[in-house]
Amino acid sequence: MTFDFLDQIPKFVVLGVGVLAFLLVVLGVLYVGNIVPHRPKSLTAGLVFLIPTLVLVSIGLVVPAIRTTVLSLGDSRGEGFVGLDNYVWIFTDPQILGVVRNSALWVVLVPLVATAVGLVYAVIIDQTRLEKLAKTLVFLPMAISFVGAAIIWKFVYDYKQIGDQIGLLNQFMVWLFGEGATQHWLTMPFWNNLFLIAVMVWIQAGFATVVLSAAIKGVPSEIIEAARLDGVNAWQMFWKVTVPSIRPAIIVVLVTMSIASLKLFDIVRTMTGGRNGTSVLAYEMYAQSFPGQQTGRGAALAVVLFLLVIPIVVYQVRNLRQRKEVR
Amino acid sequence: MATVTYKGASRIYPGTKKPAVDKLDLEITDGEFLVLVGPSGCGKSTSLRMLAGLEEVDEGSIFINDTDVSNLPPKSRDIAMVFQNYALYPHMTVFDNMAFALKLRRTPKNVIREKVAEAAKLLDLEDYLDRKPKALSGGQRQRVAMGRAIVRQPQVFLMDEPLSNLDAKLRVQTRSQIASLQKRLGVTTVYVTHDQVEAMTMGHRVAVMKDGLLQQVDTPRTLYDKPSNVFVAGFMGSPAMNIKTVPLGEDGAKFGDVIVPLSRERREIAAAGDFDKGKTEVTIGIRPEDCKLGTEADGGIAVEVDLVEELGSDAYVYGHAVYSDGTERFVIRCDGRNMPRLGDVVHLVPEVGREHVFHAITGDRIE
Repeated sequence: MTFDFLDQIPKFVVLGVGVLAFLLVVLGVLYVGNIVPHRPKSLTAGLVFLIPTLVLVSIGLVVPAIRTTVLSLGDSRGEGFVGLDNYVWIFTDPQILGVVRNSALWVVLVPLVATAVGLVYAVIIDQTRLEKLAKTLVFLPMAISFVGAAIIWKFVYDYKQIGDQIGLLNQFMVWLFGEGATQHWLTMPFWNNLFLIAVMVWIQAGFATVVLSAAIKGVPSEIIEAARLDGVNAWQMFWKVTVPSIRPAIIVVLVTMSIASLKLFDIVRTMTGGRNGTSVLAYEMYAQSFPGQQTGRGAALAVVLFLLVIPIVVYQVRNLRQRKEVR
Repeated sequence: MATVTYKGASRIYPGTKKPAVDKLDLEITDGEFLVLVGPSGCGKSTSLRMLAGLEEVDEGSIFINDTDVSNLPPKSRDIAMVFQNYALYPHMTVFDNMAFALKLRRTPKNVIREKVAEAAKLLDLEDYLDRKPKALSGGQRQRVAMGRAIVRQPQVFLMDEPLSNLDAKLRVQTRSQIASLQKRLGVTTVYVTHDQVEAMTMGHRVAVMKDGLLQQVDTPRTLYDKPSNVFVAGFMGSPAMNIKTVPLGEDGAKFGDVIVPLSRERREIAAAGDFDKGKTEVTIGIRPEDCKLGTEADGGIAVEVDLVEELGSDAYVYGHAVYSDGTERFVIRCDGRNMPRLGDVVHLVPEVGREHVFHAITGDRIE
């Protein structure tokens, strides 16, 4: 199929109309904002600027959220009312309970392991000659899409029943323990979850390293020197001076990662498709809603996911607010 | 209690040729309050940090008592330091800040409490022990930093411009507090400052540094009365000494037509050196308070007044003298109730015998 510019003209027209409409709305708001009485901080002026945002947020966020909640109380076709059946299903069906457990595993392990790896790495490379190179190397996975990373790791975990192993991990097994030691990693019950989590850690450790490394550099050198004079050893320096000093950065990293792990979809979709007990909430939501045609159950999973993210976000917001108060 | 000895100690930063501290020789006796002073970049802070173990000693060595500490880590030197920005641990309370070093040494808890309470009482910090540094004023933070040093009961106190983040009034107040505290505790103290007033008022002895080189170590009085070279003469005292390099005549130094008489011995020393024939010069220093306003008949140097700084009791007259070959600026202290006006021409009469004479080339003092 060739791209014929002339055929596309109607689309460009639509695009132009869209841009124009946007400009008109902005100008309209500014105009109205200009003619209403202009006491600063007056309610009317505030409303004029707030209403367009509120409208857009409701269309894009509030309405879908309400609609999803309503759907979660309905049946598979989104028509009949079934009460809390879908929620009962989530918390009683052994398979879905496994999914919940997997998600919990992700939320706990990814932030902890990735932050620990990032922190240790950041401390080790700090002030060394190869710091920039080391940081670039560990940050590179962040530049790869989750799908790309998943494909790379699928090769690492690859298993061939006959012929030579092309998977890196199995090749290591062959080298270390001989031909018989090869494993079909992604079908091992329970453990396959950890292999998927390793991919996420591989991606996120770079993020943790970069943020924490910057935080470590922000610790005033006098405080480090004062601690040295007070007689700390390397271990005490790390736990009693460095870590408390960069605590806010560590929390930001942990929170960001827990939200990302809770919403994780791509790695599971690409590597196992949720088979062999590797599915997580976000993937199950998709699997139920679309391939499974279970609108109600999919919506219920979405609501559960939403409810789980809320406490983390609340914690983060409160944390930020407290820090502002101290300042 | 301890003595501190620098023996030819040098610090050469990697990638530079000129040492930041050049073969420093300095002996500090037990219980002494020694002030290191000099303009920024003179190596005073580096010298202190070498003693602390925060900078390497590249050449020579440093002793605390009879122990060569040049290669010891900071924690083995038994010293405590007060930093310019206090370097308090922001995540710890005042109590924990002061107790930290003791906790690291596994001091029993009741001993820690006792020592911290004692230091807090001494520094008037008892009401703030549960606060974090963020909730303290600048002066209180400074006292916590002092307290953190005191509870350690170290051999030597090191202080790196501990007053420069305080406002002027608090600085003067804290200055005397630190001096009396040091006297009471009797701990050998090395104090770095760029402020010559702090140096003069606090130090038992003052070491003046410039470009990594030690210029002079003496009591404040000697430093002021007998600066060993032009740099020390110009650095100590405010406003600075009038230092002028003028032709050396048959009887003395020639300020235009006015002659400041110099003895024969002094003239001979001043004339020795690599001068162009007939261009022999000498450097004369006159402190603003060592001259008075006189008349032409007194043999004064004619100075046109550019600015008068009134300080109440005194006034400083800033002016310039015009010679055939250029102008020279002068400062004269005079009575605050009897001072000249802007644009007046006054006559500066140096007090006989109070002038400082330096060699025009080497800058060394000529007695």
